[in-house]
Amino acid sequence: MIRRRFINPRTLPVLVTLGLFIAMFALGSVAFTGFFSAQNFLNLFIDNAYLLILAVGMTFVIISGGIDLSVGSMLALSTMISASLLEKSHVSPLIVIPVVLATGTALGFFMGYLIQTFNLPPFIITLAGLYLARGLCYVVSIDTIGITNDFFRTAAHAQLNVIGANFLSPSAVIALVLVVIGVFVSRFTKFGRTVYAIGGSEQSAILMGLPVARTKIAIYALSGFCSALAGIVFTFYTLSGYALDGKGMELDTIAAVVIGGTLLTGGVGTILGTVLGVLVYGIIQVLIVFQGTLNSWWTRIVIGFLVFVFCVLQRLFEARKNVTAVKPESSRPQVTQASG
Amino acid sequence: MRWLKSLGRVKIVWPLVALGILLLFNLFFTPNFFHVEVKAGHFYGNLIDILKNAAPIMLLAIGLTLVIATHGIDISVGSVVAVSAGVVAMLLGGDLGGHARYPLAVAMIAALLVSSAAGMWNGMLVSRIGMQPIIATLILFVAGRGIAMVTTNAMVIWLYVKPFALLGQGYLFGLPFSLYIVAALLLLTFLVTRRTAVGLFIEAVGINPTATRFAGINARNIIFWVYTFSGFCAGVSGLIVASTVMSADGNNAGNLYELDAILAVVLGGTSLNGGKFYLLGSMVGALIIQTLTTTIYAFNVAPEISQVVKAMVVWGVSLLQSQDFRSRLAAMFSRREASA
Repeated sequence: MIRRRFINPRTLPVLVTLGLFIAMFALGSVAFTGFFSAQNFLNLFIDNAYLLILAVGMTFVIISGGIDLSVGSMLALSTMISASLLEKSHVSPLIVIPVVLATGTALGFFMGYLIQTFNLPPFIITLAGLYLARGLCYVVSIDTIGITNDFFRTAAHAQLNVIGANFLSPSAVIALVLVVIGVFVSRFTKFGRTVYAIGGSEQSAILMGLPVARTKIAIYALSGFCSALAGIVFTFYTLSGYALDGKGMELDTIAAVVIGGTLLTGGVGTILGTVLGVLVYGIIQVLIVFQGTLNSWWTRIVIGFLVFVFCVLQRLFEARKNVTAVKPESSRPQVTQASG
Repeated sequence: MRWLKSLGRVKIVWPLVALGILLLFNLFFTPNFFHVEVKAGHFYGNLIDILKNAAPIMLLAIGLTLVIATHGIDISVGSVVAVSAGVVAMLLGGDLGGHARYPLAVAMIAALLVSSAAGMWNGMLVSRIGMQPIIATLILFVAGRGIAMVTTNAMVIWLYVKPFALLGQGYLFGLPFSLYIVAALLLLTFLVTRRTAVGLFIEAVGINPTATRFAGINARNIIFWVYTFSGFCAGVSGLIVASTVMSADGNNAGNLYELDAILAVVLGGTSLNGGKFYLLGSMVGALIIQTLTTTIYAFNVAPEISQVVKAMVVWGVSLLQSQDFRSRLAAMFSRREASA
């Protein structure tokens, strides 16, 4: 019985990820001087705040059994709209930020509407969304737009002390607040439970009388909102809008979610696991930077490889689950999969 | 009217009608669109350019048609184009005197082998490990660019090996050489799929994989080889792309080709839900896209913005293929008739 508790397909991938993260952090600490510090750990949140925000939205999408490929270019579109409104039209940030968030949410809502109402495959709709948002970036401007706005500059350079001299950036704080909200929504709200139920079995969710249609559209709207928020946070790093921002970030995001133990088939996954996935992604980048001689393109290759490894792990767990499910004493109802 | 109705049931008619409308539009609004002249024994003109520029997409579409027929998708083709171009450039080397580091044939065969291996990787993930095609090919969609950047050392490699230019720039009997490659590959694919049972097997896998397996067909092998073939097609396409511009650019070679190719297949009448496939339809689809692109250029719109138009076409075509959308539309019309 104890053995089964440890080989629970729901928690084991997360534990593997935690082990992987600790191992990589230890490896870096041994191999490079100046690697082991509290600030270096906090830097992971500072440098990957936008990815964390994207990944929270993506976690909901993937738990529901869908996929959103548009996140990277939606992020770029948000940076372009922010930069263009701030610098070319001189609009106040108090208006720009809500406008950008509303645009992202609206595009996400529209894609969710197409997917749900007409029963279309999410990947093709969001793939077209990827190209649409990227194209709209060029409609806004072909060139990079620098941001000189005071509010954005302050947000870019501010340091909030946490413990002693260690600090977090406003972006990291925004991301962590979103994580807390994400954990709360996924665990303690009707919306969260419906998302898990849809991922477990959409048919059953409908038969249970859950608001499947509404929830599915809301999930994509939420992902659109997160992409827009990530875009704003991204401009805090680059202080510019550029149409090629976030290229390939859709895989980074999906990778973080998958490495964090969320099943691509839907129904299983946690926000906290996703946080670990983002940390692993971040530490790979830091290790490559510390190593110094490797081309930064290796990050992409390593991430691709990790996605592969974790997908294989997932398939193995599923195969195992199917074998054990035949035995009557270990067969559990599907719904228990949906908690957590 | 009956002959008109039966004509409408022939799948190839619809893409041809769409192409006809596009050409008609150009006849009126784009000056000299249909002008073809003979210069130094070659045909020159917009129409020839469309055929020539459509060749890489047509090659991708041949492979992708079969993949989509099995209810799969391959979004890595654009990146594989870049890998193929990168490998051939690496092996030929950027020697200004036109001296090839390795013989041309060796370089080209190596590029095709690497691309086929990329296809095998996709095929293995989908058929053996059972990953969803979109995720399996997303890995190479992103990591492939990384691999291409590593082969070219993150630089644009210019090629000066003269004979290599024949592939993308040469002419044979007055027509672009690349068209003969497309025709040869198309003919070969047509013979293999339509003159043997292979085509039927592929369609069967797309319609009902379980029933196919019970009928004694090895569905997994068919899926594996279909992805491998798609990789091979992307490799050939990459050679032509590299030869046309006589350079390899890991970042931009084959950029967005996956969207164009998927669009070509879908416009050609092959459903994203798998099943019956139409190779000739896909070729017409590729011509439609290239004509659309050329038309957009002719109106002096930035080429990047054409993505917006293409994304909307994808959404539109997906809607038309959706059963829910059609039945809603039909219900709307019948209601209108009833009230009239």
